[in-house]
Amino acid sequence: MASVIRIPTPLRRVTNGQETVDVNGTTVGEGLDDLEARFPGVKERIIDPQGELHRFVNIYINGEDVRFLEGLATALSEGDEISIVPAVAGG
Amino acid sequence: MGFATALRCRECGREYPKEPINICEWCFGPLEVVYDHDRMASVVTRERIESGPPTMWRYRDLLPVGDGPVIDLHCGLTPLIKADNLGRELGLQNLYLKNDCVNPTYSFKDRVVTVAATVAKELGFDTLACASTGNLAGAVAAHAAKAGMQAYVFMPADLERVKIVGAAVYGPTVIAVDGSYDEVNRLCSEVADSFGWAFVNINIRPYYAEGSKTLGYEVAEQLGWRAPDHAVVPVASGSLYVKIWKGLNEFRDLGLIDQVQTKMHMAQPLGCSPVVTAYAAGVMDVRPVKPNTIAKSLAIGNPADGYYALKVIKESEGSATAVSDEEVIEGIKLLAETEGIFAETAAGVVVSALRRLAHSGAIGPKELTVAYVTGNGLKTQEVVEEDARPLLVKPTLDSFKEALDRRG
Repeated sequence: MASVIRIPTPLRRVTNGQETVDVNGTTVGEGLDDLEARFPGVKERIIDPQGELHRFVNIYINGEDVRFLEGLATALSEGDEISIVPAVAGG
Repeated sequence: MGFATALRCRECGREYPKEPINICEWCFGPLEVVYDHDRMASVVTRERIESGPPTMWRYRDLLPVGDGPVIDLHCGLTPLIKADNLGRELGLQNLYLKNDCVNPTYSFKDRVVTVAATVAKELGFDTLACASTGNLAGAVAAHAAKAGMQAYVFMPADLERVKIVGAAVYGPTVIAVDGSYDEVNRLCSEVADSFGWAFVNINIRPYYAEGSKTLGYEVAEQLGWRAPDHAVVPVASGSLYVKIWKGLNEFRDLGLIDQVQTKMHMAQPLGCSPVVTAYAAGVMDVRPVKPNTIAKSLAIGNPADGYYALKVIKESEGSATAVSDEEVIEGIKLLAETEGIFAETAAGVVVSALRRLAHSGAIGPKELTVAYVTGNGLKTQEVVEEDARPLLVKPTLDSFKEALDRRG
């Protein structure tokens, strides 16, 4: 299944400047694996060695924080939009 | 050119030049300003600060700006008030209030924005922007007006009307987003990636956040160059709380005060208390929540500095308290009725948390305590609107006396 990942500025050096990348996978984790296959090195920026999201990274599916869903195991549907967003200070 | 030399990742320590960036591109950790502390220490003295302007810019040497003009609305050096009446109510004999209601746009956010706007101008930007729970939007719009910059301010659409007006009046483009603050934040992260604007709390954040240190500096100076025993601080993203602690410790490192044994107490509204929850559970991971509270200026469900705030609680042997919306209103009224200060909901959270800390004995009766009052009550007056019931009278003495009798 194809989803699109929106790449934030700090990661675009790894994705050769691409702002969005189409990936395949049935879960967020699989989508990130596919992203890693295309752009080796990107995953370790997002996921720690224990397989958890880094503290300062948020991942949203169609605007919903995956921490409110099932984390990296959250299922993907055709056409889902995945956003990787660094934490932002308050206002 | 000031004493700031670079940006450094708080997590992995990688250094970056002083650019409009806020995230380590290696590990996504937040970037923080690095200073040449030796050079700073060779210049900064109590006398030099005391002879500076009567604003927060008296601490200019400790802020990440160059030598040019600053975008200055005369923010800071706000009153530190001995609160004997409130202290009597709570059983505290040595209580002070830091009253940041009286800043140019009526909240502490002017402190961070005066720094952010100055740096944005230095970096060559012509547009200032922010994601805001309300107070920041007003501060950004006002400073942009003063600086002759364009401004775009993004807020949740359900905010208090007066906060929208209080930003719109300065002439920015106001964007009301159909969503929570955390959703506004996410949108703004993506906007910041595609527009070349200075988002004060995104790509300018490392500089912006430093402005909050002045709430630590000022209190120490106003107490006669010493740190308090306790500080009670409202927490939304956690940045203010962390930076007050940093400010006090920098003063000690510079030899301006002897020691810092301040216990840092944070306060959140129960309907949005992810940092308090993590503290109570004894974990360092802050799980995001969906806010539901009248304290909208604190309604950040995914606090960016929550992790560092938890570290400060540990380091300072402080605490974390959450209070209900009813207590928020009680706190606002108690502060107004005892000290004559009408503050917004965030201060209601602080005052009610302070009451709990005093009753539990966490703060002793004689200990020097500072509670931070960070925003003006006129911004959130609808929460106490019900109490505004004037006596209706005819313009005659009889009618007035009748009304007084009726009131009993």
